[in-house]
Amino acid sequence: MADERTKAGAPGLTLVRKGADEIAAQIFRAVTYTVVAVFAGIVVYIAARAWPVLRPSFILEPPRHGMLEGGISTCIYGTVALLVLTAVFAVPVGVATAVYLNEFVGWGKRARLARAAVNNLAGVPSIVFGLFGLGFFVVFLHIGASLLAASLTLAIVVLPIVIVSTEEALKAVPQDYRLGSAALGATRWQTISKVTLPQAVPGIITGTILSIGRVAGETAPILFTGAAFYLPYLPEHPRQQFMELSYHIFAMATQASDITKSTPIAFGTTFVLIILVFAFNLIGVLYRARLRGRKAW
Amino acid sequence: MVAPIVTYDGFSFWYGDFQALYDLDLDVAPRSVTAIIGPSGCGKSTLIKSVNRIVELEADVRVEGKILLGGEDIYAPGVDLVSLRRRVGMVFQKPNPFPMSVFDNVAYGPRLFGVTGRRELEAVVEESLTRAALWPEVRDRLGSSALRLSGGQQQRLCIARCLAVEPDVLLMDEPAASLDPTSTQKIEDLIIELKKNYTIIIVTHNMQQAARISSRTAFLLNGRLVEVNDTETMFTRPENKVTEDYITGRFG
Repeated sequence: MADERTKAGAPGLTLVRKGADEIAAQIFRAVTYTVVAVFAGIVVYIAARAWPVLRPSFILEPPRHGMLEGGISTCIYGTVALLVLTAVFAVPVGVATAVYLNEFVGWGKRARLARAAVNNLAGVPSIVFGLFGLGFFVVFLHIGASLLAASLTLAIVVLPIVIVSTEEALKAVPQDYRLGSAALGATRWQTISKVTLPQAVPGIITGTILSIGRVAGETAPILFTGAAFYLPYLPEHPRQQFMELSYHIFAMATQASDITKSTPIAFGTTFVLIILVFAFNLIGVLYRARLRGRKAW
Repeated sequence: MVAPIVTYDGFSFWYGDFQALYDLDLDVAPRSVTAIIGPSGCGKSTLIKSVNRIVELEADVRVEGKILLGGEDIYAPGVDLVSLRRRVGMVFQKPNPFPMSVFDNVAYGPRLFGVTGRRELEAVVEESLTRAALWPEVRDRLGSSALRLSGGQQQRLCIARCLAVEPDVLLMDEPAASLDPTSTQKIEDLIIELKKNYTIIIVTHNMQQAARISSRTAFLLNGRLVEVNDTETMFTRPENKVTEDYITGRFG
């Protein structure tokens, strides 16, 4: 029976289509694998070049002898301190701005203006922020080149990213919840605090962690505002200068006296920075997974 | 006729430049069910969402004319939206319980207005769920997530949530549109029961539903009220030819 139908001209179910569809799939697959390969290649190359210096002492000891020996512990400390302070400044302002933009203003001219400002802020090259930080925080506000001035500057760099990711988290909360709450006579703030924010918090936290991870390697904003070429001690308060990983890479790659010794250190520092950024991303992703799993409703 | 509780008085409505409602006049009697029928996009939802002014949250809007609630113009300057929405509850097309427990959903409204006593809240929750014909089904799982209830139960929960703030008017935007026939039946029974104490304005796509539950029906077409009549008259001897065509399924 089936044979007769096939003979009558109906296409068989097993017909293999070697058409545009198949070719497109192959191309997209090849491109995707290329991206993965490039990424893997970079990491492997850096790890290989860093290999001579990768010992526990590298991350546990401060630099010594013109920074050509010892480790980079002070740089790691400075980077972590910088990022923590940056988050302290950027997160409250960023989240508040996003809540305002997404929940309060709505359709007006003010909202469009504020959004345009945020988008433009995101497009400004980071060296511009570095100069602004130097002019405004360091000089005008008399903060001086310091951890404080650098983290304030970096906070401005990360601000648009925090705002956008928080807005994404807020947009993911179904509009039905807001309408249902408002229809019961809730004020806007009641709706935000009781329904919208509790729903959005996992997304906001994850977005924030990922945002901070993204600026972990920024050099230009801290170049003039607080990062030190070399410091023999750890900063004890935010008004002191600090050493930092990305600036240390720059210093080792371009300013060192003995290239044979400094190049492996530059790669080792790069490797540590990459691992640090991975760690940030991993924490963000794991935290999101945990909150999702725990949320019973 | 009893004094109307809701009156549209020359009411026009715009989304930006688009006019959605044209110069409506409509009286809604207290403790009655008024059905709004009409093809998709004719302005039915806008018509009811204007009564609690929830529509303003979704778009940039402008109105002319008045809507009176108990004689007061709800579009007068200085009207408090919180008090307005406390008096005018709303049930949405898609059940939208909050991602909280059944109890917290019903207690949401009273808590907004400062009720905090556990015993007081328990009383309100039981009372509201009973009135929404849901109490027997959920009394043993008040603490579990509202999102685990069936669609029909969720919709009755949303009705209970409205009742907990003791509104005068209930707006219903196709409340059974996403439900199966059994759940729809329960919602319809509930509406007929609720009419004893509340004024209900319901949007529906379902002519039979309008005929079963409402005492008055308004036919809206392209933002204009074509005919407002007793439901029975409307479905047996419509005054307007267009109404007849719509009801008999010749378009829409």
